[in-house]
Amino acid sequence: MLKYIVKRLAYAILVLLGVSLIIYFLTRLMPIDFVKNKVVSVQTSGATVNQEMVDAMYEAYGLTENASFGEILKGYLNWLGDLVRFDLGTSFKYGIPVAEKIALHMGTSFIIALIATVFEFMIAIPLGITAATHQYSLRDYVVTILVMVGISLPSFFFGNILKNWLAYELGWFPPLGLTDATMDHSGFELVLDYGRHVFIPILTVVILSIGARMRMTRTNMLEVMNSDYIRTARAKGLKERVVINKHAFRNTLIPLVTSLAGLLPSLFSGAIITEQVFDLPGIGNIALQAMNAGDIPFIMGYNMFLAVLSVIGVLLADLMYALVDPRVKLE
Amino acid sequence: MDELEMKRDAELKTADNETPLDKNVRLMSPTQMLLRRFFRSKLSIIGLVMVVGLFLFCFLGPVVYTQWGETEIDKSGMVEYSASKATYTVDGVTYEIRQTMERQESDNAYSAPSASHPLGTDDQGYDVLARLMYGGRVSLLVSFMTVILMTILGVIMGGISGYYGGVADNVIMRVCDILMCLPGIPILMILSSAMDGWVELQLIEEGMRIYILMFFLTLISWPGIARLVRGQILSLREQEYMVAAEAMGYSTGRKIFKHLVPNVMPQLIVQMSLSLGSMILYEATLSYLNMGIKAPYTAWGSMINIITTDPDILQNYPTIWVPAGVCIVIAVLGFNFVGDGLRDALDPKARR
Repeated sequence: MLKYIVKRLAYAILVLLGVSLIIYFLTRLMPIDFVKNKVVSVQTSGATVNQEMVDAMYEAYGLTENASFGEILKGYLNWLGDLVRFDLGTSFKYGIPVAEKIALHMGTSFIIALIATVFEFMIAIPLGITAATHQYSLRDYVVTILVMVGISLPSFFFGNILKNWLAYELGWFPPLGLTDATMDHSGFELVLDYGRHVFIPILTVVILSIGARMRMTRTNMLEVMNSDYIRTARAKGLKERVVINKHAFRNTLIPLVTSLAGLLPSLFSGAIITEQVFDLPGIGNIALQAMNAGDIPFIMGYNMFLAVLSVIGVLLADLMYALVDPRVKLE
Repeated sequence: MDELEMKRDAELKTADNETPLDKNVRLMSPTQMLLRRFFRSKLSIIGLVMVVGLFLFCFLGPVVYTQWGETEIDKSGMVEYSASKATYTVDGVTYEIRQTMERQESDNAYSAPSASHPLGTDDQGYDVLARLMYGGRVSLLVSFMTVILMTILGVIMGGISGYYGGVADNVIMRVCDILMCLPGIPILMILSSAMDGWVELQLIEEGMRIYILMFFLTLISWPGIARLVRGQILSLREQEYMVAAEAMGYSTGRKIFKHLVPNVMPQLIVQMSLSLGSMILYEATLSYLNMGIKAPYTAWGSMINIITTDPDILQNYPTIWVPAGVCIVIAVLGFNFVGDGLRDALDPKARR
């Protein structure tokens, strides 16, 4: 087991190296030049900029090695060196270390994603089981259709529809942001205010993600329900309730638990689109703005952050798989 | 002769009160069976109708609906200033003011649905219905090509790695691991802004952007399919019937294509249908984030992009952006229904 984990960690490092290579070279393809933007903005404010100042700025932002492939490679190695020392550099746009900026906004994204995931599992699993045990019945059709509609909704479209309807037309919830800037809440009232602001985003995420989870539960459940030992259980004369809850559902837990473990790290990554639609100060929205501004250190840092999260997710899922299913042997 | 046969048939019938087995049982090919099972489900039919309907709407629609082209601006907008007469009396003197009427030609933007514009016009004066049709062509074609390319790549890679194992398997799976850890939308955003530079240098045309982005998306999204094919082949390889196939001395090609691939097909088709849906969503999201096809051309996602810059349109002119969203939902839903129906039809374990 320990040997397996060590081996997997070595693989994970390999994967992250590959990912960082791809991300770095793609990022260096970007022509959006933060320094140029800054020069323009300084010039429009009336000041004059000479070449020496520009060069100094390029130097300060570490963007000088851009002439040849070799120099970009050197830049990559430098960046990698900083990365292993957990130094992601300083964000151009936000002016503070990238890691600090990510940590600052991760919480908002995490809480929204966590609440949404809890609701998602609570709603999707019972729906999936009902649909599977009543296959081809009216109930199955209704659940399947509703859930399919949920899967098919684009987040930006559905989010905007909900925002327009619940916030602008009915005025029940605030449309944008995380807090009401005009009020000075504290304690319980502040939590309530947060709640009012994240209600529509969470509703959007839950409705959109229920479908996949419910489909998964239904498919697994159907597969188990068709297996021989379920027939044996029924032949033994067990109650249908016992057959479903004790014999069938337990075996559908394997993929569910595995996916839950894999999901855990991704809760921190933020939902770019949802956060953009509702203008939430989550990590996804921050990254979107950084990308539009050509904030190279932040883009690199954010992408690596996402990659690390998904590597951890895969690793956790595999370990979990071996833990819950004794038939799986780790080698 | 015929009479004799008929007589014999009649005798047989009366003999055991049954027709002979080969006359009694209708023979069906697997394809016939598949289609029958597929069309037995109402949802599959609904899905098929939705998909076919959207294709007809996008590809035949502009042939029927010719009033407005994709990039044709309705110039009939008229600003009229009505004439009025006013008299004022100031210090005993009466002044008379006359306003002349002025007509000014302009774009017929933001018009409500009417006979000439069934879905109204957008902020530029384009006909929404016409743009919905032309935009759909882009969205559907791009997603289709992406899924087909992705599946071909995935099946080849997954097949090699699952059947041969060893070094090939190791290399392909590590590449898969790397690609699967790449965050999709952020990576495409980086690529898109790289393309800003290429457009400036005139290396590529602006209109190519979404195609290049989606091509890149196929390059990073085949691991899903490859893993599915590999996993399936790995588990099937150990089944008794594969051992039997081995014992019968079948060739590798026969083993792969006659015994392994057909058993992967159900999962593959389901995956493809879901991928089609998700690729349409991907394309729409990219367009929504302003990385799609550039004006004056449009795609469904691009038609919704306008609400990010203009909250007035979001609140007051739903006819401009809602139809495009509805089209996206119908497309994705249709493919999901068809995929679901196909899976049930292909599943040999299904109860009907």
